[in-house]
Amino acid sequence: MSDSDPTGDTPRSATDKADFKRELTEVVPHLRAFARGLCGRPDMADDLVQETLLKAWAAQDRFEPGTSMRAWTFVILRNAYLTDMRRNRFRGEYDEGVAERILTAPAGQEEPIHLSDLHRALLTLQPERREALLLVGAGGFSYEEAAEICGCAVGTIKSRVGRARAALTEMLASGNIPRRSSDDEAAHRAILEELDEVAAGNLASTRP
Amino acid sequence: MASDRKPPPGSSGPSQRAPEWADGLKQLYDSVVEEDLPDSFKDLLARLDEIDPRRGSGTGGSPSPSADGRGARG
Repeated sequence: MSDSDPTGDTPRSATDKADFKRELTEVVPHLRAFARGLCGRPDMADDLVQETLLKAWAAQDRFEPGTSMRAWTFVILRNAYLTDMRRNRFRGEYDEGVAERILTAPAGQEEPIHLSDLHRALLTLQPERREALLLVGAGGFSYEEAAEICGCAVGTIKSRVGRARAALTEMLASGNIPRRSSDDEAAHRAILEELDEVAAGNLASTRP
Repeated sequence: MASDRKPPPGSSGPSQRAPEWADGLKQLYDSVVEEDLPDSFKDLLARLDEIDPRRGSGTGGSPSPSADGRGARG
């Protein structure tokens, strides 16, 4: 029964706490979107967000009011994701729900890009590149903010985003998007083609 | 002296020429942002007030926000 806490090490006013709660609540949809992009499966993504919310709440004294709640919670989510990744809980699985939606082509563009293709292609990227692209290309963070979130140099983020963009562009242009597992036909074909290129000795020329 | 430094390609924004699928990426993200929040989140958010952050370990795990020892702000 300790509803009064006489010696708080970092005293926070009730207003601060209410502000924190409000900001945390506001950022939940963004956490869900980031998590969905990272791990693909909606149910697992939501578990990850719940874990993030609990951790953020527990660590709220470490949040500096006035700084970006979204960036702060993304760091927590990212770390939770990486921990789970190491335990092999996520394997970048494909979100079937998105497959139903089609991105309508803007005027002047020849063929529509299927959101499902884009999402599938996204999930085949290396995790660090996918993350960088999500932060910058979808979340709208600057390179500098993304670098802070990932704990790496700005140049590293730029290079990851660049490589992610190049890989996606190539996959979408060729329509050769590996499905979720390596026993899939497209992935298999991609591997075989790469082997052919290696055999022909021209792999270097295909990758700028 | 520093003139051999590479010129920044298009300043520091993510403003290099966006590929045609760039809107789709944003759309994927926004489609989740705009989803109605599942009840499980509303329940969790409502429950947070009952968890005293300073007692921390209600969830069992370490509350450290950054396993690598750094926060979002330096």
